[in-house]
Amino acid sequence: MTFELETAAQADKLRRVAIDPISRVEGHGKVTLLLDEDNKVHQVRLHIVEFRGFERFIQGRPYWEVPVMVQRLCGICPVSHHIAASKALDVVVGARQLTPAAEKIRRLMHYGQILQSHALHFYYLSTPDLLFGFDSEVARRNIVGIAAAYPDIARQGISLRKFGQEVIRVTAGKRIHGTSSVPGGVNKSLTRDERNFLLKDVDQMIAWSHEAVRIIKQLHQSNPALYDHFGAFRSNFMSIVAPDGAMDLYHGALRASDADGRILFDQVDYQDYEQLITEEVKPWTYMKFPFLQQLGPEHGWYKVGPLARVQNCDRIPTPLAEAERKEFVAYGQGKPLHATLAYHWARMIEMLFAAETIKELLHDDDLQGTDLMRTGERRKEGIGVIEAPRGTLFHHYRVGDNDLVTMANLIVSTTNNNQAMNTAVREVAKKYLSGHEITEGLLNHIEVAIRAFDPCLSCATHALGQMPLEVTLEDCTGQLIDKVTRDTHGICHA
Amino acid sequence: MSDDSQTGTFLLDDEEIPFTRGQTVIQAARAAGKYIPHLCWHPDFKAHGSCKLCTIKANGRLGAACTLEAQDGMAVENRTPELDDKRRTLLQLLFVEGNHFCPSCEKSGNCVLQATAYDLGMMTPHFDMFYPDRPVDASHPDMLLDFNRCILCELCVQASRDVDGKNVFALSGRGIQSHLIVNAESRRLADTDFSATDRAASICPVGVILKKRVGFAIPIGERTYDAAPISQVDIAKENT
Ligand code: SF4
Ligand code: FES
Ligand code: NI
Repeated sequence: MTFELETAAQADKLRRVAIDPISRVEGHGKVTLLLDEDNKVHQVRLHIVEFRGFERFIQGRPYWEVPVMVQRLCGICPVSHHIAASKALDVVVGARQLTPAAEKIRRLMHYGQILQSHALHFYYLSTPDLLFGFDSEVARRNIVGIAAAYPDIARQGISLRKFGQEVIRVTAGKRIHGTSSVPGGVNKSLTRDERNFLLKDVDQMIAWSHEAVRIIKQLHQSNPALYDHFGAFRSNFMSIVAPDGAMDLYHGALRASDADGRILFDQVDYQDYEQLITEEVKPWTYMKFPFLQQLGPEHGWYKVGPLARVQNCDRIPTPLAEAERKEFVAYGQGKPLHATLAYHWARMIEMLFAAETIKELLHDDDLQGTDLMRTGERRKEGIGVIEAPRGTLFHHYRVGDNDLVTMANLIVSTTNNNQAMNTAVREVAKKYLSGHEITEGLLNHIEVAIRAFDPCLSCATHALGQMPLEVTLEDCTGQLIDKVTRDTHGICHA
Repeated sequence: MSDDSQTGTFLLDDEEIPFTRGQTVIQAARAAGKYIPHLCWHPDFKAHGSCKLCTIKANGRLGAACTLEAQDGMAVENRTPELDDKRRTLLQLLFVEGNHFCPSCEKSGNCVLQATAYDLGMMTPHFDMFYPDRPVDASHPDMLLDFNRCILCELCVQASRDVDGKNVFALSGRGIQSHLIVNAESRRLADTDFSATDRAASICPVGVILKKRVGFAIPIGERTYDAAPISQVDIAKENT
């Protein structure tokens, strides 16, 4: 791992290329490429504006409100925040072990969220790039274009997403801003009708998820020159895993491995995360840079999310997804895959795992249980961790004797992937930027690299499948050399 | 009520409503199964006519249905577009004066302000939000006060004084400055004799006076106004 671009000696002498997605609700991002005098990319800064002040907003609020309130953090993965906050507050109310009904209902909700989020990302955001090509006509590169060219694929994507949303509605009470997960358990169980309603479609969802794995696998294997190398870089991996090392996206203990797949630490209780992870602050962004303390800031950063999880676990506990995982691992020939586009492949294996897990859970009568809440000895502090669609998500709270939150610290998936995304963009920019001109090709490729991580900076554009961009090229005196804007309709304005 | 106590009828939106002597328009309407939107009035307490949401037109003149006594032969307009429009404006002002964020409020689904806004078809707050800076009082072991949502209906003041005999709450200040206070030198709820079993502990129509640690215990679908709008629920309560 090197940091040559992060430590430019005279950053102010470098010219800047700023890629400025237009400000929007869920936070927005901006990519700055600092060029040296030979027009080579010298430094990359990915600015993501989000969650600023949100932690302070939680402070002073009653703890039982937090799992519902934190859903405002993100319009795309509110369920992940709902569950992570609940898990942290389970610890506070002394209920680390939930009733079987409560835990299974929460699991079902979580896997519903994984399914809908992964389907959204793959079909709405990624297939347009992957099936049409990165440099295809922008106006066509969206789900509408996919529906025209590949109607079956589009229909499957839309149905998978809808099914995931129905799982959320049934378990959380509403498709958005549900309230069912509460500190110590859940406030409702499922009815037999609700189980049957979901069961009738679940086999179809498994089949379509399986098909999605096949599509991305085929793309990957048909163009290894692109898929194996685009934005590739070595790094550590981190995720939670079950006690036996199996994949579990709802609960487990922390495991990290290095770029060659060697375990760095394993089965660490996430209540102790502060002893493992430090968040580095940099002057040019509000987003922190977490790293593993044992390796230090320069070598300790890591990838989270599907690519990390599929390779960090020892097995996947459902049969179809496990067979796909084995094939994925075999493709690496004993070495972990670090290719940015392999995120998509891993993500679809997880979608298959989620669909299979949903089926298993739906057959479990505990879902109709009536024993939903636990309490125990009240504690002043709690940490909740889940594997959200985009990666490991930490919620950490301290609660006063008066029941108000006194401290909140969140490390969201996008923050965990911060350095990894910066590095991916740098790798891509090094290859596709040259000279004084901002080409469409550069825009497209940077977009594709960022999108592979599915960061929250693209939250608000998910529906459109477009990332509005503004690219400005300036010299070191601030003189404008070139400027290209691409709006949400994909139209470029010079 | 028995027939011999009936002293007359009046017209409410062209329907004949019987009343007994001393009954207000809102009381008679409610007894007859007719909903007049209201916030500060509660059937168990004396009306004080402060919120003006119950504004009706009686014989062409604006008045508060919760304080106006019914009179024989009177013609009352209630759910007219003109009056509902005024009511929506009053609601919008209440929404912007406080900090009401329904999606993360534990009173959502059980809140009279929210339910009334739904019933009247209020779609946006329309005015600029004030974002007042109001504290939360969590000093009491069992009860929480979140002043951000107070609509100054005074029901808690009445309940504590007239039912609980305690005087825990009071309104202080005038006009836009007016706000709810706790009657203790420290102004902290913990320093009063307030108890979770007081009538005042369960009277608040919005999410100010809350029992601790039970927020969100009732799932969506089972809350007071989930199945039917307040215009039906309010009347049903009277007639069961
Ligand atoms: S606290 Fe509730 S009951 Fe008391 S005045 Fe405010 S809104 Fe009315
Ligand atoms: S209900 Fe009549 S004035 Fe408030
Ligand atoms: Ni998000």
